[in-house]
Amino acid sequence: MNVIANNKWIGQRTIRPDGVDKVTGRAGYAADTTMPGMIWGKILRSPHPHARIRGINTAKAEALPGVKAVVTARDIVDFPVDKSVMLGIQDMRWMCRNVMAREKALFPGHPVAAVAATSEAIAAQACELIEVDYEVLPWSIEIDDAILPDAPILHEFIKFEGKPSNIAGRMEIKKGDVAEGFKQAEVVVERSFTTRPVHQGYIEPHACLVSVAADNKTTIWSSSQGQFMVRAMTAHLSGIPQSDIRAIPAEIGGGFGGKTIVYLEPLATLLAKKSGRPVKMVMTREEVMRSTGPTSGSKSTVKIGAKKDGTIVAAQGTFYLQAGALPGSPIRGAVGCSFSPYDIPNVLSVGFDVVSNRSKVAAYRAPGAPIGAYAVECVLDELAEALKMDPLELRLKNAAKQGTKAAHGPVFPRIGYVETLQAAKAHPHYTAPLGKYQGRGVASGFWFNAGGESSAQVNITEDGNVVVTTGHPDIGGSRAAIANICAELLGIDYRRVSVLIGDTATVGFSNLTGGSRVLFASAMVVTQSTEKIIATLRERAAKIWEIDPEAVKWENGAAHPASPNAGQFEPLTLAQLAEKAPQMGGPIGAGVQLNTEGAEGGFGTHICDVEVDVELGIVRVIRYTAVQDVGRAIHPSYVEGQMQGGVAQGIGWALNEEYIYNKDGKVDNPGFLDYRMPVCSDLPMLDAVMVEVPNPKHPQGVKGVGEVPLVPVMAAVANAIHNALGKRFYSLPMSPPKVLEVLEGKG
Amino acid sequence: MAKLHVSTTINGEPMEFLCEPGDTMLDALRGPLALTGSKEGCASGDCGACSITLDDRLVCSCLMLAVESEGHEIRTIEGLAHGDKLHPLQQKFLEEAALQCGICTPGMLVASDALLRQNPRPSEEDVRFWLAGNLCRCTGYDKIVRAVLETAAEMREQGTRESRQ
Repeated sequence: MNVIANNKWIGQRTIRPDGVDKVTGRAGYAADTTMPGMIWGKILRSPHPHARIRGINTAKAEALPGVKAVVTARDIVDFPVDKSVMLGIQDMRWMCRNVMAREKALFPGHPVAAVAATSEAIAAQACELIEVDYEVLPWSIEIDDAILPDAPILHEFIKFEGKPSNIAGRMEIKKGDVAEGFKQAEVVVERSFTTRPVHQGYIEPHACLVSVAADNKTTIWSSSQGQFMVRAMTAHLSGIPQSDIRAIPAEIGGGFGGKTIVYLEPLATLLAKKSGRPVKMVMTREEVMRSTGPTSGSKSTVKIGAKKDGTIVAAQGTFYLQAGALPGSPIRGAVGCSFSPYDIPNVLSVGFDVVSNRSKVAAYRAPGAPIGAYAVECVLDELAEALKMDPLELRLKNAAKQGTKAAHGPVFPRIGYVETLQAAKAHPHYTAPLGKYQGRGVASGFWFNAGGESSAQVNITEDGNVVVTTGHPDIGGSRAAIANICAELLGIDYRRVSVLIGDTATVGFSNLTGGSRVLFASAMVVTQSTEKIIATLRERAAKIWEIDPEAVKWENGAAHPASPNAGQFEPLTLAQLAEKAPQMGGPIGAGVQLNTEGAEGGFGTHICDVEVDVELGIVRVIRYTAVQDVGRAIHPSYVEGQMQGGVAQGIGWALNEEYIYNKDGKVDNPGFLDYRMPVCSDLPMLDAVMVEVPNPKHPQGVKGVGEVPLVPVMAAVANAIHNALGKRFYSLPMSPPKVLEVLEGKG
Repeated sequence: MAKLHVSTTINGEPMEFLCEPGDTMLDALRGPLALTGSKEGCASGDCGACSITLDDRLVCSCLMLAVESEGHEIRTIEGLAHGDKLHPLQQKFLEEAALQCGICTPGMLVASDALLRQNPRPSEEDVRFWLAGNLCRCTGYDKIVRAVLETAAEMREQGTRESRQ
């Protein structure tokens, strides 16, 4: 493990700048926001999984006293299906149809109209008065049904192999010659797996408040993973120029990828424009479950071949991922990440994007990667068993390292995967004794990580403190890490640094909080801004001392003569220089905008112990250790928190979480009672072991940490259950009825 | 329909408000009373983000009618700190990073406070079962459980010290 010495704040468990507001209930989330004259928006949603909309009559709703505006797809900018308009990774053709059904309603819960009224109750009543003439169509929910030759086609314009199809896309990565590779294999394991869609499950439902003035000047307060994304998508869908929209990021109550697109903001904007009143919209939990997220369900087949000594010679994967009603499942994550932890000469990995009559999927923590890793890491476990090898040894023998050409393309620079395997192997957990019906499993995972656009502004206040403004919503403690970095560079106490999230009018463009990119990117722009400020401070001191700026150094929060040759001067502190600013050149501040590069992939290796109640089929995770190469932990507590949170989500995905559909094609468990996320008593303490292999391309060695922790979990749990029972599961979730079936020999 | 008038005590202060008969306590807190610390995550009593106490009993304010607070004592997250002095649980949650997005935090704190009031010496299992009604999707609960156990230990220590003085 890398120990970084002599840091005062980087690596310290400081108190987050936004903490006191959050523990006192004062922090402002989107649903907490109000405005004078505000009215309420509500959405009418399709009851059908698939129906052509022949007409909508809103007259009765509009006539209801208290109703101020009604909008339908007619009010939203149309993006014809024949031309793609990309905004980041989102295609506006699909966004405009997801926000509100156009030609057809494509899933139960699909918005068909929206109403704004003086109360929520009146808005809801008005929704019931809207008459929609539906032509109900046949539908499909599951992948197997959607890819049948005679399946009901969702979109005639989507063609696969020349014919209208529900397969909306195909992606392939290739390395070497997989057929030749398998010829060299002495042991081959091939298995098929299925997973169910799972929801990101943030506790805060989507919410926004929008005010549109008569001259189109628009202000949006909303919960999202990116205020600039909100501005751009709302502009595209409402027709209001981006320069007229100011998107203000409220505190965000969780997202995990699910708040990287808009659902409410364009509708609230159109309602506000039409009514002339500020409009607030808040989803119910049921609306969240029926019409936002989740991530894909999947079916996949993975085949891996090895020599008897454990050398893997070939690997092949086929991944079908559900997109929901509109194209765009995360096949890139499944296809690209699954084999990347390993140095395999021959790889073929293919993914298919399948539409069906479910809500459109959204990103969820390392989108696609957990689905792929579940299949690959379970097959590796079987391969280790067949080869009579320790599963961590098998991974060590084939581990990707510096210089390995990854299956998804790049040649890895210095990475820390081997270190995670070694740390897992050396951890006391790995050799601790197990009891009856208990088992242990391991699995590894990889996520690309990302850089991209980021902006920061750092200003010195007149009293010599610091205000940092960045453009990324703080979803899990990034403000704390930024305060540590800025304080470290300036040599001042971290409590003198205030970190704010700017709105779209006050800070330069910054891309989404997502992809495990925020600290990587924001640390870079904050570092460069702070370095500019330090240069200014040295110049100011040099001017006061009448010496060359090169002869001034910045240390411990003050300017000092660089050497005895420079002269004898008392240090000038940040506060003293700030006080002299009006006479010495004016305000001290610096901003930097960058397209950050150099994000390196992240790796983790997990150990999971389970105990199975063979009477009830209940699986309990009794011990869990997650080891991860985190690059450098700027704030260790929040790095651990990301790891523990990802593991908890993975345990839910592995054991209980799933969308259950009824015979009418409708989700039957759209609430927290029946959609069973892990509660406190379901989990043990979660040991987070940070391995620090600094990223050489980052000033502080940062690597993204938020997504890797979810990637290996489902396989680690599945492998542990196999170890406990001697039986394998090839589908998630491994819920009590399924466990009982397998125990009774029916599975 | 005319609104109903309710007189109650919130965080030690006498309060009056008007509400519809069907309004929940959470509606009243977040609406006319402007106490938005209690959050709505599900409106079905499954997430605990709206936890408050009613005469010292922990309840989900989304499952209680606003009119039921008439003549009773309500405590919300806004009443946990004393002036600018944070409750030991609030302080420990900050030190232990027992929050990430923070949306479940008010409910977690109110529930944890209710636990420590009735059981100052909880085991890890006690904490886990008591907080099983408060969903957190960010932290994996590890740091929350640690923060509650450590606060309990410190409050006991503090109590012992005070009783010796």
